[in-house]
Amino acid sequence: MSEKTVALFVSCLVDQISPEIGVATVRLLRRAGCQVDFPDAQTCCGQPFFNSGLRNQARDLARRTIEIFEPYDAVVLPSGSCSSMVAAEYVHLFEDDPDWEARAEALGAKTFELSRFLVRQGWAPPGSDAAPTVTYHDSCHANRLLGLGGEARQLLESAGCRVVEMVESDRCCGFGGLFSIKMPEVANAMTREKLRQAVDIEVDVLVSIDPGCLMQMEGLVDPDGPRVRHLACLLEELG
Amino acid sequence: MSASISQFRSQADSAINDLPLQEAIDTATGNFWRGREGALEELPDSEGLRDHFKAIRSATLAQLDEHLESFESNAKAAGTHVHWAEDAAEACRIVIDIGKTRGVTLATKGKSMASEEIHLGVALEEAGIESVETDLGEWIIQLAGDPPFHIIAPAIHKRRDEIVTLIENASGESLQSAEIEDLVAASRRLLRSRFLSAGMGITGGNILVSETGSLVLVENEGNGRFVSASPPVHIALVGLEKVVPTWDDAAVWLQLLARSSTGQPLSVYTNVVTGPRKVDDEDGPEEVHIILLDNGRSQLLGGKYEEILQCIRCGACLNICPVYREVGGHTYRSPYSGPIGAVITPLLMGLEEYPALPQASSLCGACRDVCPARIDLPRMLVELRNDEVEQGLVPWSVRRAEEAAAWMLMDVDRYRRLTGLMRTAQLPVLKDGDLRMPSFLDPSKGRKLKGLAPRPFREIWQSELEGGDG
Ligand code: SF4
Repeated sequence: MSEKTVALFVSCLVDQISPEIGVATVRLLRRAGCQVDFPDAQTCCGQPFFNSGLRNQARDLARRTIEIFEPYDAVVLPSGSCSSMVAAEYVHLFEDDPDWEARAEALGAKTFELSRFLVRQGWAPPGSDAAPTVTYHDSCHANRLLGLGGEARQLLESAGCRVVEMVESDRCCGFGGLFSIKMPEVANAMTREKLRQAVDIEVDVLVSIDPGCLMQMEGLVDPDGPRVRHLACLLEELG
Repeated sequence: MSASISQFRSQADSAINDLPLQEAIDTATGNFWRGREGALEELPDSEGLRDHFKAIRSATLAQLDEHLESFESNAKAAGTHVHWAEDAAEACRIVIDIGKTRGVTLATKGKSMASEEIHLGVALEEAGIESVETDLGEWIIQLAGDPPFHIIAPAIHKRRDEIVTLIENASGESLQSAEIEDLVAASRRLLRSRFLSAGMGITGGNILVSETGSLVLVENEGNGRFVSASPPVHIALVGLEKVVPTWDDAAVWLQLLARSSTGQPLSVYTNVVTGPRKVDDEDGPEEVHIILLDNGRSQLLGGKYEEILQCIRCGACLNICPVYREVGGHTYRSPYSGPIGAVITPLLMGLEEYPALPQASSLCGACRDVCPARIDLPRMLVELRNDEVEQGLVPWSVRRAEEAAAWMLMDVDRYRRLTGLMRTAQLPVLKDGDLRMPSFLDPSKGRKLKGLAPRPFREIWQSELEGGDG
């Protein structure tokens, strides 16, 4: 496998709240034969502001992010939602600005969510006897904007996990960024429904590639229920 | 009506805690969306058909005035009276005037969301014209005095025992031990007599076919046929965006409509009305009136919300919506609920009245996936949120907090410093990594909220990972 330098964009959520996801991501990327660089100026992709209708702020953060990451050959994020912001939404922010639109498009083309990057690299985790039975939550933006989902399942199976499907694997977990704070009663009800579907199929672990969804689900998961884990953390733990 | 964030949240909370209601919503929406999936699979190329339909809808809207004018002239040639109603008040007035001219005291009604939109029932009552809903679901909510809970299934929130009592009270029959069929039979007996004595019938309309000036009305109970054909006058109230140029286009619409809404290949009844009864027709109304309802629609043409006029009110987006499936229809405080309601309600009735609706979404995008016209509903929800910011409809404290967060994130040193301060500031409420707040302050309402990690990733990177094999 050729050595490839990738820029790691962890997302503000991972940086501040779930750094263990970033650590696992670095280790996996190295196991997949990559050199990892962490551009220190990175903060947030701007998605919360885009979703809140603060378009100017979203644009400013997008420009900033583009400047930081465009020198690299590939950018990897352990977050489906932030990947979709960079790879699918940035161009829409600059529809009236051809220069930035082109730069957004160029960055989008080399930005990858972690599971997709690993699969494209041709890397697969070795099978493990300790692999649990899992189910995979098809997080909304990853699934609908980037068509992700197959990659994570493939990696999980390669690691020896039995992957069981929920009735609606693609039903929203209720996070929705600031939605979970602006309408917490509604968000929590959605999360409980998601967790109920995971409990129904009696799996050990509920896996996601989105730190936001994980935080949301962890906030309500029953201590006796399935563990809620990021794909990177689970794969890293299985060795 | 209006819906503020706090109204929406508290109404949502009661719906969420009403277990029988939750079950009723799950059953109805579940049957619908599973039905939809199956019905679309039966088509050789449902994705292609949806693309084709989207193209028809956008091309028609691009020249809406021409298509409406040719609809008008062809409908007139067939003997239909065509009226243009600029707003709800004008539409109600037209209906009432027709009724008054004909001395009508009783009108039967078919299911029509447009009539809910303009509150026609109230206007008729005030004008001294009794109106009776004849769609079973609509009739039940009329008896109960409720607004519709779902755009295609208005009474799914009503429990069986509530329905029994409503029909008992209306019919005077004892129905406590009745089976569903008995309930339907009792309703039918009661409604039949009204059908025969009504001076006019009022329906909605699903499609206006321009080339022949025809109205297409789909329904499952046969009541629409009765309402449109048996009284001497038939009035159809139709949103002006529902036009298509040709029958070929209408055929595509019909192929997708019932499949997307209930999972049927076609509704049980597809009625076509092209003018009133002809001399040698055995039945049909003496007069047919079609009211083309604008009520804010034409303002959307040519703007960033034009796409929403492609909606055919199939209800698929409600059935798949994870928010609608928790909060139900009444929480939206509009006849239009779910994703379509969250977009169309503020557009037609005022964003300042309905600031909660564009916020009532996790932007998951499930609605866009199922919409037969592939309407990008999440994009429009975000546009509406932009409008809320621009129009100053976002609470001051929320706006300031979000702007401050963006300001912090624009500079990495500032970000490092301020997140560092937050780490210290959270200590008094941090327990086992979670923020523990008194419940009245708890922004997540009972969900555990992680605090900031002891060290941010960037510090771990610097001390343990950078350059090494960590
Ligand atoms: S927006 Fe689309 S899915 Fe929703 S009711 Fe309209 S046509 Fe149906």
